[in-house]
Amino acid sequence: MFKQFAAISLMNLQTLPQRIGASSVIVIGIAGVVAVMVSVLAMSAGFKHTLADAGRAERAIILRGGSDAELNSNLTRTDIATISNAPGIAKDADGRALLSSELVTVVNVPKVDTGTDANVTLRGVGLTLTGVRPELTIIDGRLFRPAVRELIAGAGAVKEFRGLTTGSVLHLRNADWVVTGIFTSNGDVHESELLADVDTVGSAVERTGYSSAIALLTSPDAFTAFKDALTTDPQLKVDVQREPDYYAAQSRPLTRTINIVGNTVALIMAIGAMFGALNSMYSAVSARGQEIATLRAIGFTALPVLLSVMTEALLLSLLGGMLGACLAWLFFNGHTVSTLGGEFAQVVFKLRVTNTLVVTGILWACAIGLLGGFFPALRAARLSVADALRAS
Amino acid sequence: MKYLPLVWATLWRKKVRTIFTLLSIVIAFLLFGMLETVDYAFAHPDGGVSGADRLITVNKYSITLSLPFADVQEVAALPGVAAVTWITWFGAYFQESKNFIFALPIDTDSYFNVHNDELELTDEAMAAFRNTRTGALVNVALMKQFGWKVGDKIPLHSTIWTQKSTGSLDWTFDIVGTFGAKDPAQAAQMASNLLFHYELFDEGRSFGKGEVGWLEERVTDPAQSAELSKRIDALFANSSNETKTQPAKDFTMTFIKQYGDIGFVLRAILGAVFFTLLFLTGNTMMQSVRERIPELAVLKTLGFSDGTVLGLVIAESLLLCVIAASIGLALSYGTLPIIKQGLPGIDLSPRALVPGIAVAVLLALVVGTPPALRAMRLNIVDALADKR
Repeated sequence: MFKQFAAISLMNLQTLPQRIGASSVIVIGIAGVVAVMVSVLAMSAGFKHTLADAGRAERAIILRGGSDAELNSNLTRTDIATISNAPGIAKDADGRALLSSELVTVVNVPKVDTGTDANVTLRGVGLTLTGVRPELTIIDGRLFRPAVRELIAGAGAVKEFRGLTTGSVLHLRNADWVVTGIFTSNGDVHESELLADVDTVGSAVERTGYSSAIALLTSPDAFTAFKDALTTDPQLKVDVQREPDYYAAQSRPLTRTINIVGNTVALIMAIGAMFGALNSMYSAVSARGQEIATLRAIGFTALPVLLSVMTEALLLSLLGGMLGACLAWLFFNGHTVSTLGGEFAQVVFKLRVTNTLVVTGILWACAIGLLGGFFPALRAARLSVADALRAS
Repeated sequence: MKYLPLVWATLWRKKVRTIFTLLSIVIAFLLFGMLETVDYAFAHPDGGVSGADRLITVNKYSITLSLPFADVQEVAALPGVAAVTWITWFGAYFQESKNFIFALPIDTDSYFNVHNDELELTDEAMAAFRNTRTGALVNVALMKQFGWKVGDKIPLHSTIWTQKSTGSLDWTFDIVGTFGAKDPAQAAQMASNLLFHYELFDEGRSFGKGEVGWLEERVTDPAQSAELSKRIDALFANSSNETKTQPAKDFTMTFIKQYGDIGFVLRAILGAVFFTLLFLTGNTMMQSVRERIPELAVLKTLGFSDGTVLGLVIAESLLLCVIAASIGLALSYGTLPIIKQGLPGIDLSPRALVPGIAVAVLLALVVGTPPALRAMRLNIVDALADKR
């Protein structure tokens, strides 16, 4: 039986070039579905990746209880002092606690592509910054100095927003701020931000408190003790989270929306492509009616005929799936875009066509091909030999 | 018109094929309808009607920075400003953070002076609101969503504002009445609104007293909006809280644009859909004409002119595309309520479906023309002999 199947399949595939028009309908139809699905989902994969990368298991973020996000939160100087004495915080060479008290504000900076104002995070950070976030690297210029209006801009922000190159001057609230350098931070969410000394930012926006505190712990295991110490302290009303958990929660609403949209559109398109595949395979079968009948007449059984038609549909859709995934990768992988993230501020991220997405796309392609090939294959297998042979 | 039965008959010559082609065009236009309505909604956030006489003044440097309360009086004194009110972002949710509530602390008199004819509100509800310090007016849609009734006491969690008295982020309100939107086009954007007294808010909060989030103005002459915006901003130029005033509509647009070029994404998807569709339908039409060559030759022998044959094939393509497009657009109209659930606060207008028919005609012409030309150029003798 396998021999029969191989023989028919090979014969079918050899005649493919003669049916190039109908066959390309399957390939192109499925390529379209997969390209759209992979590109849209690459957005959510990229966004998730950018936020997830900001988190390290050994870092904890402390917010005022019930605040949900840094932008809403408010911690006092006393709170920070209490937090810095909690157990489990790593110390630098001078014995200072590696705790960065931060103040998150949002400033208006025009976007490069539209020229309209966008909300960009200006994050005031403590002097322990480089200790708490070792992944932060200055790639141009130098770090800001405390007590003067200087800031450093993330590499992503520099690309997406106007006037953030080293040496440029940003007019914020009646004062000029100088961009002294550009930093990278493993491609994470902070690369969309501007960083400056926390007390300088505080005086500029007339705020005495902080938004959050970021603590580098001695190890990921120190978290539980650290959290318990803070949450049981009657003087404090804070939420303590591991950084990865915090950022995962921040990325969830947007990635969920994109995933729903992407999958719905792809599903509807897939149904359309399936009709296209059905059409092509039906006409392929009907064009070969006599051929199939002849095979049946000389002793080939129905199953190999059925399988061979399915194989053809599957191969064509596999080709379409790979083509679609390639197109998505070619056009969109690494493409930089920005959107409004969970914190009311812009997050710059790159689209990521991941291996998982490519595999998912190709699996979808195969599913469409199998469904689109099955009914025509069934018809081919059930063809009445006598009628088909007689047909002109 | 007299050829309609003929075109109809040829269209259904191969039933299965026509049905599958029809279905894939239906699917394409279903997507077209869904995506275009969303695109249209993002491009016309106010339903395209109101808001022409309304301005919004925010802190120039950041939406997170507030403005001093004294600004209100200065703006109110400007000629051309019919009314001004002030609001602060309350950032509330009910029980869980996914139950976002657009709770606005409002100064009753000035708020209704600015939004004079927007709310559908009974006099009793208004009177009850004025008489209840902890009272809240709630949008009917929100009432339904959480099954609230007038008279209920509801706790809202603010993610920002702690109460001075208790240090808690939880605030309790008494629902005293409901309201809806007078203009149905605005219903969606105020669907999660809850209004409560600014006085209660300002006295109750533990910090930020005497500051306001933003100002909303109604102008006497909408034609002067741009000029007036400049005059308002000039009042606070060089102060530590410079302002940015713009029409309410522009403010919303700027905000929506921050999400990125949604229109581009949607159009790119549609581009991919129609490119594949063009290919599929074009192929079917070509194939169907190829199979009918002898029949077409018979028609020509009977005296049908080249032009008529061309017309017949194009008419067939038109009929197929327009029928399928109409079904697809009708289906997408049916999905609007589902999309609405996923996009609260966005008004979906069926107006976006109108260009769909034009697209269908265009599609029909593009896929119908090559086979139609082929049919027109057929040489009777060769075609009858089925020499292709």
